[in-house]
Amino acid sequence: MLDHLLFVIFPYAAATLAVVVTLQRYFKKGFSYSSLSSQFLESNELFYGSVAWHFGILGALMGHAIGFFLPVQVLWFNSAPVRLYILESTGLLFGLLAVTGIVSLIVRRLTAPRIRAVTSALDVVVLLLLLVQVVLGVYVALFYRWGSSWFAGSAVPYLRSLWILQPDTGMIAPLPLAVKMHILFAYLLVAVFPFSRLVHMLIVPIQYLWRPYQLVVWNWNRKTLIKQSPRSLRHPVTLPVPAQASDPVAEQRAVVTR
Amino acid sequence: MDVRLQISMVFHLDKCIGCHTCSVACKNVWTDRKGAEYMWWNNVETKPGTGYPTSWEDQSKYRGGWEQKNGQPDLKMGNRSSRLLNIFHNPYLPKMDDYYEPWTYKYEDLFNAPEGADQPTARPISMVTGNLIDIKAGPNWDDDLGGSPVYAANDPNLEALTPEQRAEIFEIERLVFFYLPRICNHCLNASCVAACPSGAIYKRGEDGIVLINQDRCRGWRMCVTACPYKKTFYNWSTGKSEKCILCFPRLETGQAPACFHSCVGRIRYLGALLYDAEQLTSALAVPDSQLVEAQRQMILDPFDPTVRSEALKNGIDEGTLEAAQRSPVYKYVKQWKLALPLHPEFRTLPMLFYVPPLLPVMAKTEDGKYDSSGSELFSPIEKARLPMQYLSRLFSGGNEELVRYALKKQYAIRLFKRMETVGDLDMSVVGRALEEVNTTPEEAERVYRLTSLPTMDDRYVIPPSHREEAMQMLNDDLLQERGSAGLGFRELPVRGA
Repeated sequence: MLDHLLFVIFPYAAATLAVVVTLQRYFKKGFSYSSLSSQFLESNELFYGSVAWHFGILGALMGHAIGFFLPVQVLWFNSAPVRLYILESTGLLFGLLAVTGIVSLIVRRLTAPRIRAVTSALDVVVLLLLLVQVVLGVYVALFYRWGSSWFAGSAVPYLRSLWILQPDTGMIAPLPLAVKMHILFAYLLVAVFPFSRLVHMLIVPIQYLWRPYQLVVWNWNRKTLIKQSPRSLRHPVTLPVPAQASDPVAEQRAVVTR
Repeated sequence: MDVRLQISMVFHLDKCIGCHTCSVACKNVWTDRKGAEYMWWNNVETKPGTGYPTSWEDQSKYRGGWEQKNGQPDLKMGNRSSRLLNIFHNPYLPKMDDYYEPWTYKYEDLFNAPEGADQPTARPISMVTGNLIDIKAGPNWDDDLGGSPVYAANDPNLEALTPEQRAEIFEIERLVFFYLPRICNHCLNASCVAACPSGAIYKRGEDGIVLINQDRCRGWRMCVTACPYKKTFYNWSTGKSEKCILCFPRLETGQAPACFHSCVGRIRYLGALLYDAEQLTSALAVPDSQLVEAQRQMILDPFDPTVRSEALKNGIDEGTLEAAQRSPVYKYVKQWKLALPLHPEFRTLPMLFYVPPLLPVMAKTEDGKYDSSGSELFSPIEKARLPMQYLSRLFSGGNEELVRYALKKQYAIRLFKRMETVGDLDMSVVGRALEEVNTTPEEAERVYRLTSLPTMDDRYVIPPSHREEAMQMLNDDLLQERGSAGLGFRELPVRGA
């Protein structure tokens, strides 16, 4: 029953929350979408924390994604021990990189006075959740060996059963506590995601690679709008020309006296 | 020919008294907010000096602007993919300490301090952390310190001088300085626009004002690095970048921007320029010293019938064309060739132009004497304390001829007016001076009038913006929006969680 609550109801609730609130926030409070970078206030420590964290977590998440989408291929790849060691140590390296990064970021956020000034309670919650999550991940990688292989046999079937809306917790029920915690914290992060600064991962500016450098925006480009829009523009009102030719500059002066 | 309109500016440096009224007007209207306290969209610097943020002109440090890479212009901060890779930590971003940490004072201590032997004081506290701070620097810390070995000596532009020239202007009693007011240049080839990963920064087609869409900005802060003038700022509270908006709400209602309106020295001019957008690439394909000429080439003659008909075809209004003909900026920049862009070698095609200061302060010649007699007509300019190399490094990409012409012309006009008002010169001398700068007494009179006796209507010729027609073209049914805060931005600009 508890398993059903934690591993079926909870993930669906978290995912629903994430989708609904993210969209609502994007369309109603677009201004709140920002990287909320604090590099301007403190830069040196951020370098070690931010670069290590982001590359570490991106690598780790990529590993999870590959395991989820290509379980059979991963199993085949791991069939040779050398390849298994390479894959596992790469994964572990990314995990350790992420742990180093997040620890550095937490220390920075707690010690630099200027960073304290831009820290919200939710920021602390998110940082702690992430810390627990990556530490759990590294722990699992170290003490429950060859996760890249057993992931395919236990977690993937379960996650796929969630995806096709036929939840089956049978495969994960016997998993060790640390693995279960890792899964639960992932759901917790999904639930917190839309309310926190984590939404910045949705707005990664990939389009920058191909957009033109210069950008011109017309509020009212008469050249194109004259064709499609109101009658007043297609048939502009012609004002009567004054009888005698006069100096427009002097005329303007006469009207605008300051 | 692709005729476009740019609201453009001229600052006459010979008239700037460095009073900072412009900065205060701007601060009070736009940046008196949390996260923006440190921003000065308009600031006035002392030159030689390091400016704000400190040493902003040193692009080996800040990597702003463009450079030619294999004959193609690209941003000095690296190519597109390197910029995306630097998104987690931008190595060239100026930090708050490069500007200054904004502060206020604990005024309540003056009232609440317990009775004692000492007078209570209001100690400075940081506007970021709220903690007590020791003030180390401020937005205008080197004001008037033109000869200071601590500040002015670090001016990157002094590289253009020989060691002797440098020693000369730092000698006590011989120092020289002038003021340089700066706002956003609303460039034609804006590097902030090019650097924005989100595509939030754009040039407004109707008037060329460069703006940041606050809804689209995601705080990747590449624009702050890319702008070589350091006129985009990161709001540390909202997590969005901000910049000078040339007071577009004022312009749209026919008023000059706040910094222009409040200028007591009347140094500022604002008006329309027509330019040919098709020449953008060719104008940038020239060496640094020819950039000013290439930019002048882009600016079109609003009296030319071809230009007028092309402009009308592009949807530029008759009334706007009439304003372009009366534009004081067109006169200073194109007709009289008196105004020059600041640091054209950054290759952004800045559209704010400066009339270089005449500063008729002479260097010593021999035996420690100031010789003002001068056998040569323009000797006060050639013997000026501030070397021509310095001014040309600032205003013409190293082209001394352009600066020399602008200074000589101003000097010739002074001689001309001196002849008229004081009467101790005769036309044989003055005529020679005017001839040397290819000008006529009539033009000299016009320059004099617009420089010394301009009314507000002469200085600010703001074309009508025709927003009433823009309103008609909005797809929104305005009545549906009744009860809302208005068109456009409808939420509070508060920091996201």
